Amino acid sequence: MSILVDKNTRVIVQGITGREGAFHARQCREYGTQIVGGVTPGKGGTTHEGLPVFNLVSQARQATGANASLIFVPPPFAADAIEEAADAGLELIVCITEGIPALDMARAWERVRRTSSRLIGPNCPGIITPGQAKLGIMPGSIHRPGAIGIVSRSGTLTYEAVHQLTLLGLGQSTAIGIGGDPIIGTTHRDAIRMFHEDPQTEAIVMIGEIGGSGEEEAAAFIAQQVKKPVVGFIAGQTAPPGRRMGHAGAIISGGQGAAAAKMEAMKKAGIHVCQSPADIGATVARVLGRA
Amino acid sequence: MKIHEFQGKSLLAGYGVAVPRGEVATTAEEAAAIAQKLGGKVVVKAQIHAGGRGQGGGVKLAENAEAARAAAARILGMTLVTKQTGPQGQRVRSVLVEETLPIARELYLGIAMDRTAAQPVLMASVAGGMEIEEVAARDPKAILRQAFDPDRGLPAYAARRLAFALDLPVPALGKAVAIMQALARAFSGLDASLAEINPLVLTADDRLVALDAKLNLDDNALYRHPELQALRDENEESPLEVEASRFHLNYIKLDGNVACMVNGAGLAMATMDIIQYAGGRPANFLDVGGGASREQVKQAFQILLKDSSVRAILINIFGGILRCDTLATGVVEAAREVKLKLPLVIRMEGTNVEQGRQILEQSGLAITVAQGMRDAAEKAVAAAGRA
Repeated sequence: MSILVDKNTRVIVQGITGREGAFHARQCREYGTQIVGGVTPGKGGTTHEGLPVFNLVSQARQATGANASLIFVPPPFAADAIEEAADAGLELIVCITEGIPALDMARAWERVRRTSSRLIGPNCPGIITPGQAKLGIMPGSIHRPGAIGIVSRSGTLTYEAVHQLTLLGLGQSTAIGIGGDPIIGTTHRDAIRMFHEDPQTEAIVMIGEIGGSGEEEAAAFIAQQVKKPVVGFIAGQTAPPGRRMGHAGAIISGGQGAAAAKMEAMKKAGIHVCQSPADIGATVARVLGRA
Repeated sequence: MKIHEFQGKSLLAGYGVAVPRGEVATTAEEAAAIAQKLGGKVVVKAQIHAGGRGQGGGVKLAENAEAARAAAARILGMTLVTKQTGPQGQRVRSVLVEETLPIARELYLGIAMDRTAAQPVLMASVAGGMEIEEVAARDPKAILRQAFDPDRGLPAYAARRLAFALDLPVPALGKAVAIMQALARAFSGLDASLAEINPLVLTADDRLVALDAKLNLDDNALYRHPELQALRDENEESPLEVEASRFHLNYIKLDGNVACMVNGAGLAMATMDIIQYAGGRPANFLDVGGGASREQVKQAFQILLKDSSVRAILINIFGGILRCDTLATGVVEAAREVKLKLPLVIRMEGTNVEQGRQILEQSGLAITVAQGMRDAAEKAVAAAGRA
């Protein structure tokens, strides 16, 4: 088991004929993901590397039986692409695009949240169930199938955590990058709830960063419900307030979103909080008694 | 993107928010002339992006045009240090000269994006003139909140509820509703990330006027607002940050001496953190992005080296798309080209890492190749201590 994606997930790529979309669609296929088609408005009826290309997501879904979409559409059009995927009834939508205007995302999410679609991202590395399916831009080779669930707002910092786990012989059930934007579909809390319910996942790694209150909300849920061990890290302990640290959502503003407050809330919830990002893997091994 | 108070007020006035009469001046003479035009008694306000200007001596009352000239002469050119500027302060290049108003009460109005509701939220408080963070910390209930649909705007009834809760006199209620709705329209229309009127003053004659205004604009939406892009004031940013932004590098200068170059924002923050954990202090945040080119690595290098407080450089790259051999080649070329003298510690992981390490080791350059983040941070901090 795993969460959200596995070898049966059938994926279309929105923006498959673009540079990023084409490159990563190929990488995902090579990893073993069932990429079944693509969408580029105006290129419907053509093929791309042997895959059928459609004008509309609804057509792509009907023709291919896809249940997930991976989005590589440029920022001005990405919120619309997310809505189109939700409107077409896809169960899972993963949006990689960075740089979507916050109000566009607010408008899109207002509609998507009323559907049964689950959105991951935007501005995220995607999701991977090692050995089964990769819907995203992460390097597949560092992952191993296993029992640790990972949820993170970051890209490369997630790879760092995965790498540490893999070196220690700890494989991953599923790793999700939920994205660095202020408005995102799947939150830390959502992902942790799914890992909590997934029988394969034995421990959870939760990687947050400054800005917002998603980590605090997840910590409250963990305190109430989650019995599996959770290891946490918050990036940005040295970040100055009022500055946007790369990610649109990574900013301490209005006295909210500082790393210290998040770490405190997580500790109170019983999460094993690492001070140093180098200790994530070792802490998981320790709490599972495999150190 | 941050903009100046006078720019923010001018934009808000375009949406129907009442602002004091006033103009911006860059010389004491201009300030005196504006004061003359406004009838003598004015307030002279330093225009820098940071808040807390009053405490730093950047806001002065002037009884007449001569006093306005003197106040402007003192403020213009000064390096204003406030809570938000940091100890180095910010040089004042212009002042806003405004009429004074008979103030009865000071209120707060602000709109920000509520991440959880995924909607803009209007916040209002009777505690105007104070930093809203302080109000929130002391008494969260003192801040009234109303989320709204960015396209529909703030419904009149919702604005009325807030206006009554602010205990405004009846003659001012209609104006309060109008100003809240105008602020909501401005937030959506300008793609703002923050729109704040603090204080919003109730005058003795029951007018509501934005005495101060702060607008932050969503960087991701600036592409569709060419008129707003022109409001960027590069003087307000660190010169190195301006240069970095030209090369699409995400760089923020900090006050330590261990420079770092990292791919990805989260890993870049974590690298800063582990530098501190190892007993050092990061000199900057620098995210070169997932697919950094050799040219970008070189530019990034040059920017790091222009910071004279830097004593050591730490490169931490987790290569997925960016292959380690490509990175190593870029680093070696850049280090040769800039004739690097500072100690350089590199930690790389990911695709083609062995080839990458070989390239670094065979380069003949004094590069320390580290194993893992902790080792890298400890080596860089130690090197900075020796330098």
